[in-house]
Amino acid sequence: MRNTKVSIAGVELKNPVMTASGTFGSGAEYGEFVDLNRLGAVVTKGVANVPWPGNPTPRIAETYGGMLNAIGLQNPGIDVFVKRDIPFLKQYDTKIIVNVCGRTTEDYVEVVERLAEEPADLLEINISCPNVKEGGIAFGQDPKAVEAITREVKKHARQPVIMKLSPNVTDITVMAKAAEAGGADALSLINTLTGMKIDIHRRTFALANKTGGMSGPAVKPVAVRMVYQTAQAVKIPIIGMGGIMNADDAIEFILAGATAISVGTANFHDPYVTEKIVDGIESYMERYQVEDIHDLIGAVR
Amino acid sequence: MAKSKITADVIRQERIADGIYSMWIKAGEIASQARAGQFISVYTRDSSRLLPRPISICEIDREHQNLRIVYRVAGAGTEEFSAYQAGDSIDILGPLGNGFPEIAPEKSAFLIGGGIGIPPMLELAKELNCKKTAVLGYRDSQMFLKEEFEAYADVIVATEDGSAGTKGNVLDAVRENGLMAGEDGRMGTKPAADVILACGPTPMLRALKAYAAEQKLECWLSLEERMACGIGACLACVCGSKEIDEHSHVRNKRICKDGPVFAAEEVEL
Repeated sequence: MRNTKVSIAGVELKNPVMTASGTFGSGAEYGEFVDLNRLGAVVTKGVANVPWPGNPTPRIAETYGGMLNAIGLQNPGIDVFVKRDIPFLKQYDTKIIVNVCGRTTEDYVEVVERLAEEPADLLEINISCPNVKEGGIAFGQDPKAVEAITREVKKHARQPVIMKLSPNVTDITVMAKAAEAGGADALSLINTLTGMKIDIHRRTFALANKTGGMSGPAVKPVAVRMVYQTAQAVKIPIIGMGGIMNADDAIEFILAGATAISVGTANFHDPYVTEKIVDGIESYMERYQVEDIHDLIGAVR
Repeated sequence: MAKSKITADVIRQERIADGIYSMWIKAGEIASQARAGQFISVYTRDSSRLLPRPISICEIDREHQNLRIVYRVAGAGTEEFSAYQAGDSIDILGPLGNGFPEIAPEKSAFLIGGGIGIPPMLELAKELNCKKTAVLGYRDSQMFLKEEFEAYADVIVATEDGSAGTKGNVLDAVRENGLMAGEDGRMGTKPAADVILACGPTPMLRALKAYAAEQKLECWLSLEERMACGIGACLACVCGSKEIDEHSHVRNKRICKDGPVFAAEEVEL
């Protein structure tokens, strides 16, 4: 039996495949297509201290090899989330990673404290959403702010903390080191790249929000490069994401230095894709006689 | 009810008006489970276009497990679909959404379709057992599907350019034909319709919502919005709701999952 188990801050995942926050809800909808028991972890849609209505529509637009979204972190708030979504996911043999969003440091802390007694395995702190005016990315583009919010969250969190980083910066390793200095247990990257699409027939923006976060296979080379650079710069584990469509893409991120990977936009193209990637990673290990997935993590230097 | 994504066979396709195509698909279980007002997600073969195109179901042949879609070529994705021929394969996900509600046989209904909102009303016209009048709004005299509606319902027509039927919109056609609905109905004490079921552009739906409220009619509207997942996970295709929604806990409903058909009074247009 080849080993596909990986560990993020002491939490063992049966395999490195997880879902990218915001593309998978809390698993209920995609659970009709994939067996959630087969996934390393489900990363839930960002949740705040109170319900957020999100942005006006249109909230998405297709682009060449990708898409733009400006959902604006619509979420039902932490009270509903702990009553409904966590118990749903607890029925499955998968790890629960709760993505946390906020407008202020206090918002993040409130959610993190609220989760202290809940059976969430890891927390992913979203300091990189490009689609909300306050909070989100504002925390993720200044190393001092990254370190400060990480430190504050760590002070209140019972679970290990993953900081989710933005690619919309000059040097992502500066932000990664700042998060590590603040006490982060792991890093997720990349969040979406800020983009824009104009409808030339209507002569207007394709998204009501004007700008949106770009994702999908078109961004993958940027993401692989950032995962590689970050892996050289920090000691904490990295969860790699950005345009992963299949197992080959997942292996590429792992070779670049990711301990685990998240699948996002690909779910929209194929609702069965996460399980296919789990199978495909096993096939790759079979083909190349890799006994332990750790032999692949960061193997290309 | 199980949704699935399958590779299906195209049975036949034809162009039925400028830029409007009709495709029959061998859809297996998706067809046997589908109901009027639901839709399918259709995927392109070009991997540069990742997102499925949500297309309403125009007709269901449960016996042969076939589905018909009638759609407008609106961009490169639908352009690709329009070139498919019998024997080609097509990736589809469905059946999606809630569909239209059942209407009691003693009621009478207006089935109102505007433009590319007309196709889903055809399956509904086939399935409803009540008295029904189809009110179809077209751009011009290329009145696709009109003759097929005539097999199931009384049909009246409006065209934007006045080349056939009433010049104007669907409500103009209702008024011109003396089909006053609701409490002010002219047809004796019995109104010409006590239910409106409609699909079409948002300005039309907005006008119908106002008309139904004014005439105190039951009214069901099928909405459309840009979608990504099609199954209720991504929260792209929301519409405003009058009350706090029990799933989202904000004043938003998911068109793909909670709709696309909503009671007019529960949504903000």
